Amino acid sequence: MHAFEYHRPQSVADAARLLAANKEAKLLAGGHTLLPTMKLRLAAPKAIVDLSRVAELKGIDKKGNALVIGAMATHAEVADSSVVRSAIPGLAAVAGVIGDPHVRNRGTIGGSVANNDPAADYPAALLALGATIATNKREIKADDFFKGLFATALQDGEIITRISLPLPTKFGYAKFPNPASRYALVGVAVAQTGGQARVAVTGAGQNGVFRHTRAEAALANSWSAQVLNGLATDANLMIGDIHADAAYRAHLVGVMARRAVAAAG
Amino acid sequence: MSATGIGAPVRRKEDQRFITGKGQYTDDINRPGQAYAVFVRSPHAHASIKKIDTSAAMKSPGCLAVFTGEDIARDKVGNLFCGWMITSKDGSPMKAGTHPVLAQGKVRYVGDHVALVVADTLAQAKDAAEAVSVSYDVLPAVADVATAQNAGQAQVQADAPNNTVYQWHLGDKAATEAAFANARHVTKIDLVNNRLIPNAIEPRAAIAEYDSGQGSFTLHTTSQNPHVIRLALAAFIGIAPEHKLRVIAPDVGGGFGSKIFLYAEETACIWACKKVGRPIKWTAERSESFLADAHGRDHATTAELALDGDGKILALRAKTKANLGAYLSTFASSVPTYLYAPLLSGQYAIPAIYCEVDGVYTNTAPVDAYRGAGRPEATFVVERLVEVAARQTGQDPAEFRRKNFITSFPHATPVIMTYDAGDYGACLNKALELADHKGLAARKAESAKRGMKRGIGFSAYIEACGIAPSQAVGSLGAGVGLWESAEVRVNPTGSVEVLTGSHSHGQGHETTFAQLVSQRLGISIDQVTIVHGDTDKVQFGMGTYGSRSGAVGMSAIYYAIDKVIVKAKKVAGFVLEVPEPTVDFKDGIFSSTATNKTLTFPEVALQAYIAHKFTGAQLEPGLKEGAFFDPTNFTFPSGVHICEVEIDPETGATRIDRWTAVDDFGTLVNPMIVEGQVHGGVAQGVGQALLEGAVYDKNGQLVTASFMDYTMPRAGDLPSLKVAMTSTPCPSNPLGIKGCGEAGAIAAPAAVVNAITDALGHEDIAMPATPLAVWRAAQKSPARVAAE
Repeated sequence: MHAFEYHRPQSVADAARLLAANKEAKLLAGGHTLLPTMKLRLAAPKAIVDLSRVAELKGIDKKGNALVIGAMATHAEVADSSVVRSAIPGLAAVAGVIGDPHVRNRGTIGGSVANNDPAADYPAALLALGATIATNKREIKADDFFKGLFATALQDGEIITRISLPLPTKFGYAKFPNPASRYALVGVAVAQTGGQARVAVTGAGQNGVFRHTRAEAALANSWSAQVLNGLATDANLMIGDIHADAAYRAHLVGVMARRAVAAAG
Repeated sequence: MSATGIGAPVRRKEDQRFITGKGQYTDDINRPGQAYAVFVRSPHAHASIKKIDTSAAMKSPGCLAVFTGEDIARDKVGNLFCGWMITSKDGSPMKAGTHPVLAQGKVRYVGDHVALVVADTLAQAKDAAEAVSVSYDVLPAVADVATAQNAGQAQVQADAPNNTVYQWHLGDKAATEAAFANARHVTKIDLVNNRLIPNAIEPRAAIAEYDSGQGSFTLHTTSQNPHVIRLALAAFIGIAPEHKLRVIAPDVGGGFGSKIFLYAEETACIWACKKVGRPIKWTAERSESFLADAHGRDHATTAELALDGDGKILALRAKTKANLGAYLSTFASSVPTYLYAPLLSGQYAIPAIYCEVDGVYTNTAPVDAYRGAGRPEATFVVERLVEVAARQTGQDPAEFRRKNFITSFPHATPVIMTYDAGDYGACLNKALELADHKGLAARKAESAKRGMKRGIGFSAYIEACGIAPSQAVGSLGAGVGLWESAEVRVNPTGSVEVLTGSHSHGQGHETTFAQLVSQRLGISIDQVTIVHGDTDKVQFGMGTYGSRSGAVGMSAIYYAIDKVIVKAKKVAGFVLEVPEPTVDFKDGIFSSTATNKTLTFPEVALQAYIAHKFTGAQLEPGLKEGAFFDPTNFTFPSGVHICEVEIDPETGATRIDRWTAVDDFGTLVNPMIVEGQVHGGVAQGVGQALLEGAVYDKNGQLVTASFMDYTMPRAGDLPSLKVAMTSTPCPSNPLGIKGCGEAGAIAAPAAVVNAITDALGHEDIAMPATPLAVWRAAQKSPARVAAE
């Protein structure tokens, strides 16, 4: 790890000022991607702005017809939250299968979403649920937020503050973990919200998380796992690596989609 | 059995310090004035080094020195070496190549050692290492063992044409061919024994220091055999004579074989510390462990089994290519030869066996002993062959094994070994019962109802352990003897220090060795301290590997205790004022038919040291004895493991539902620790079968270079294991111990693959049977594979 300046602001406004003053600064949330990368000297930010003491980024609440989760809520907090468990129980289940207990106790929803790892679990859940990502500058629809591998709509100086999730009538997530890393080899989130069916796939697509429109159309017609039998997923758009080739991933998308629907009830 | 004697499942004495963070591992130790070492490693699998520019690194803040291969050569530092000479079938010696401590003009695998950078702090050493500029001419590389000998491949070592280290064989070729010619049925299979990366939880580390006042060196290092390291540094590397070298292996966090060997890192550090004039510490990062710890296995084998019309085995033959990496590591040559082929008889009466092994260089990390070392590879060959042969000839796999079991002992196999004791049928019977084999059909039907495929797999393994005897291994090419030493020092108050040449790095010797002393001297294990891992304390020892510490190390202690008892009886005779031959010693009490007085062991110990009851002319004061033990044979642990899996054909996920292990380890010193060894071994074997596999790409880059891609077994990958024992004591050591450290890793892979292939209905799957591999295999119908 190279030397860097360390800042620990108390407010979003202070964090934003630090970011503005240090063009090469990086935000530190849970640190589960940034810190290993720094330790391997693959990243060497000049400054770190640690968000762990920004109280306004914490908290999980139900507000009207939406669940609102602070960006610095850890995976463990979301998994264990009685608010989440009653509002969107499937989302607590998503948080509960991220990484391992160490990761869940440090990793945060804001950090995960901002990093947009193509095999992370949250992006699929947020995209299926039609979430809105709020920053210190604006609100961004999930459909507009995830822009490909590790790419998002976030601009320089923008800090995610909270995630707002409209309450669905049904939501489920099924994940086939990478045997080594436990990231999603294929993860499929399905949601039915306001009569609309949305299906999002993580871990599989060459361009990161994506909506599976064929699956959505089938589920819009009839919400059942059976309608997804024989679901076609284009293997040409899938990632291939030593753990799963593209054909296997395309196949698993169908299996996990059916299991997600079954989990959604 | 005393409360803390042999056979008592006492809790491990060492766990208090390990669990409370009071262990002293090499990286926990810091020496005054210590500097830090970082190695510049090759990013290429094969390249010529055009130029190394160290000038910027030397100017880097805190940098003390940068050493390259030129400095090593200028100082005439000896090369690393392989200590077991293998002779090819044409009589030529193996092509040992050269293995410099730092690269001499060429790098041969990703992670190869190019330069050593020493700086005041670790961060400064890393900064300076980044500033070392190396320009390479990248050369074509070869990583795959199956094709490395082909014409036109990259040449790894100049003196080994076609990358062939040796072409070795064992057994009677003519008799084997004759048996195959007369066979009613021949089963032929191709097998890959996948390459593994050891991943001990503690990475390798070293602290090297030079005392200019004494002219002596001290090396703290993560070793399974510190005396062997000292011997090698003195005799081969030429650092200093043995009496000026102290090697300390303190608490060591797992070895699994990977910490037997002398590596470049500690060798470079011990040489450099005198030049720098400060102690130098090096601790591997996990990524360095992946790249540069000696890997394990990596065989490609074609194997055949010949049967007669009654289902009896007539002969076995195997042809194996063994990947030895870019350089020969310390014992690399022996693993796929003498630790492999002599086990190809398994538990079976096989009249003729012939095995050919090509040792092969590739542009990959060196490959050497890893838990089981050659014996897992042999068991995988035998137990896959036997399973497939039974299936092909319509015989029950368990009964086919039973029909071919060796039943009388001693039994000389056609491949060197003479098995001394065993009851293979007893293990099988117990295993079948514990595994509820009768209920299998119902369980299969229940799984099928849920769309799952259930399968069962057997593995009836044998291993040759207690690696020894010295004369035998010497005749096979070993450069050292494989006895063990012990010294038993009784203190005046009756507490005991045992100095052993064995080394504990997870095995629990501080407990089990104390149990032996407790049993023999009638004192509590709390009165016993086991001293190991320091060449200034223990005179000499061969270390711990090959499940040898119980059978060989404890036997040396046993005989040293014999001598202590002889001497103590003499002391007791003087104190009790009775003739020495009348003195009896039992359960810690000295008595005599000539008196009704008795003495306890501590009382006699005190008398031995105060020496008031005898003259110097009558008896030497004190109570301290030593022994060297060299057994007359290997030991032969054996057993039957049964694995039951359930496969989800939709995803290819394999769940191990049941595991039954029935092992014959002879005498058990501590059944709890033995069961723990079985658990750990099975976990590593399941890791090999389902999860672990080192993958190099065609350019020789290690694709699985972190835990993000290399899958270690986790607790959730295993069911609760059913572990039971049978016992036929080993006749070649006084305690009847056979050894238990490697059994699980030897037995498990074949059991898992036999279960998966039973579930799939065909044999077409290789390890690791990952979800991808199993899903692909599940796409193939049994008939389709047979037609192919």
